[in-house]
Amino acid sequence: MLRYTIRRLVQGVITVWFIATTTFVAMHMVPGDPLTSERATTVEIRRNLEERYGLDRPIFEQYVIYVGNMARGDFGISFTQQNRRVNDIIREHFPISATLGILAITFAAFGGILWGALTALYRNQLPDVAIMFLVILAISVPSFVLAALGQITLVNINAGLGVTVLPVAGWGTVQHMIVPSLVLGLGTMAFLTRLMRSSMLEIMNADFIRTARAKGLPPTRIFLKHQLRNAALPVVTVLGPAIAAITTGGFVVELVFAIPGLGRYFVQAVQQLDYTVIMGTTVFYGAFLVVMVIIVDLVYGLVDARVRMA
Amino acid sequence: MGEIENPANTVSRTAIKQVLWLSVVATVGFVLLMGLLSWASDLTGGGPRTLSGIDANTGTVTLVLAQEPPQLDSTRATDQVSGMILGHVMEGLLRYDEHQRLEAAVAERWDLRETGATFWLREDALWSDGQPVTAHDFVFAWQTALDPATASEYAFILYPLKNAEAINTGQSPRNQLGARAISDRVLEVELERPTSHFSKLVAFPTYFPLREDFYRSRDGRYGSDAVDLLYNGPFQMVRWVHGAHVRLEKNPYYWDAERIRINVLDMPYITSDTTAAVNLFKQGAIATTGLDAEALDNALKLRWNIKRYQDGSVFYLDFNFRPERITSNYSLRKALELINDPSELVYKVIKIPGYQPGVSLFPAWLNGVNGLFRQEYPPPTTRPNVEEARRYLALAKQELGVDAIPPLVLLTGDSPFSNKHAEYYQNLVMQTLGLEVKIDKQIFKQRLAKMTSGDFDLVAAGWGPDFDDPLTFADLYASWNQNNRGLYKNPELDRLVRVAQNSIDPKTRMDAFGEIQNILYEDVVLLHNYERGIVYVQDPRLRGVIRRAVGTDPDYTNAFIIDTP
Repeated sequence: MLRYTIRRLVQGVITVWFIATTTFVAMHMVPGDPLTSERATTVEIRRNLEERYGLDRPIFEQYVIYVGNMARGDFGISFTQQNRRVNDIIREHFPISATLGILAITFAAFGGILWGALTALYRNQLPDVAIMFLVILAISVPSFVLAALGQITLVNINAGLGVTVLPVAGWGTVQHMIVPSLVLGLGTMAFLTRLMRSSMLEIMNADFIRTARAKGLPPTRIFLKHQLRNAALPVVTVLGPAIAAITTGGFVVELVFAIPGLGRYFVQAVQQLDYTVIMGTTVFYGAFLVVMVIIVDLVYGLVDARVRMA
Repeated sequence: MGEIENPANTVSRTAIKQVLWLSVVATVGFVLLMGLLSWASDLTGGGPRTLSGIDANTGTVTLVLAQEPPQLDSTRATDQVSGMILGHVMEGLLRYDEHQRLEAAVAERWDLRETGATFWLREDALWSDGQPVTAHDFVFAWQTALDPATASEYAFILYPLKNAEAINTGQSPRNQLGARAISDRVLEVELERPTSHFSKLVAFPTYFPLREDFYRSRDGRYGSDAVDLLYNGPFQMVRWVHGAHVRLEKNPYYWDAERIRINVLDMPYITSDTTAAVNLFKQGAIATTGLDAEALDNALKLRWNIKRYQDGSVFYLDFNFRPERITSNYSLRKALELINDPSELVYKVIKIPGYQPGVSLFPAWLNGVNGLFRQEYPPPTTRPNVEEARRYLALAKQELGVDAIPPLVLLTGDSPFSNKHAEYYQNLVMQTLGLEVKIDKQIFKQRLAKMTSGDFDLVAAGWGPDFDDPLTFADLYASWNQNNRGLYKNPELDRLVRVAQNSIDPKTRMDAFGEIQNILYEDVVLLHNYERGIVYVQDPRLRGVIRRAVGTDPDYTNAFIIDTP
């Protein structure tokens, strides 16, 4: 187990280095640079700015300096947020994205397993058809539409009741988190529902379920211990990448609900070609994804005894 | 697996059924309730709005910020949001009043001469730590902005000061600047050349003061956080949570604090999403918001009181004049001008009230000698004429020696708005001249990079004023101007710009601007689009907010709250 963990960690470091290098190359291939500004600057000012940020050095030297700093955990200073360190940006804003993400994924996982199990039990009957229709809808509708719909519904509810049930936007209290996390988790929930449904259908006809029934186990026990636990395995597998995807993919939701999460910085950095923030957030998210996948693989071993041996 | 029902399945069903059904009913019930409420409130036209974006008891106005200020060091600020906040927490020597006239601010009186100026600072102008604002603070600020190490993008706006450009380009030490503190309260300014609009420049944020000891004590972090700033304006920043919240409160040390009737400007929402801002306004959580075309339709339905003003910027299609580009051909430009119809663009495509069809690079609000510039110097215009345009096109083909004009590359932004504009133009050129236009959509920085490298035939461009004088537009096509991205060169235009820059006689200057306007029509053949209008809604209890093209916008220093609308 320990050797397996170490091996996975080494692989992870190589993956992150590869992500960093690819991003660095891609970023410098795009026309323009972070110093390009609307009011054209004089040659002298541009030179000073280049010097300050080290952009006047050969590209390979920049790369070596960058990877060196990154290895020490220093992502440098943002170009657009001129006095802020990228480390500070990540430290201040990632916890917000993570809180939102965890809420969303909790909602998605519970919902997905519940709805998935239900549709499987009622295969081809009305509940199944109805829920699967909604699932397809939730998968197809993009998050910016869902976010806008969620917000306008909230406005109307508040207006209809004459009191502020839940705030329309902003961040700070639990009330602020509910609707954005629902919106953010909905797509993943729909995806997990489908996954859960198919794996549940497979399990239901398995031999060991029939054995359990033959032994005369109570139905609740069969459902929880034998069916649900086994059917949820594929869901656990995709949970890692899903957590990363939700935590990094919250840009639109963060924008619509005015949430100061990292997703916004991640996307804006690309639009503004803020080299250091692009690198910092990409590498951070890359590392986050890698760690999540490793954790899920380890957890998988706990859930499924067959994997532990491998 | 088949579709055959396994009878054994029914065993586990019965027990789980109840649990599952309960959650299903609960969820469905919740969704239905939400839908019902939202439908019901739509019927009643949005329902009762509790407008708490305004709190009359505490004098609080709640707002949304479109983006976070990158930092608030006035010597390095460039964007509009920073300008808005700085305009409330800082104050320069002079400022604009609600009628757009200059009035005394930190300077209680001033004397402008041909190549110099003297400012007498008021005694009660204080920093937010109680120390007086002195002439040294202005000298230090201006030197810092010009210091090459600061690399301020707006350093050019200080160039009228003697030796400013030399300092900025590293040819002269910073203490050579033509600005000296005679005493704590007298600031003596020497100018590089006669600058008639100098008094307007000192109201600009780059000219705001900066106290040396405080600036140095922050060790390069000046302006990064609320504690890293010192204020001398009507408000001070008490809270700045990055990306989330900015809160300004009335500054008790401000010399004119009696005039300020708003106690708190709270900005707990930061988002560039207009829909979100409109929803917040609809909810009554904020006091004002801008509207886009879509939100405008809804606002009209809800019978909101829609206000508008012009933000002072002009938009046009700029040509690439590099010799290797076909747009360097005059006849082709002329052909494109003869099909250009700003009225159609504004009234049939954009359809936002407040937008005005473009007729000149000099927008309508600029002042001339006695009245408005455009009334004194009416811009020459052409009416769309397709036949004439086709004649010019044939001429262009002849001159260029080609049978067909290759597709024109139109460089534009990536917003839905610029997209709509570009597609309209593409269609127009195809229908009238049968020419193909290729739309090159680029995100902001890449568009700027392509503009600078000349990778376009036409570019959707715009320009906003830095100060209240035609010169802020007039030098755009000067051969030395870095913003002249199409590399237009015309010695006569250069000469006229120099005349306007060096003269303090209003008539001479305005004549020069009038001539420049003619050259823009006759030789540049600028394709005018529109002068931008901003439509917005504002809580009816909030009064006295100033919206303007030049200066702090919006400006709440004059605002007040009334009890009933």
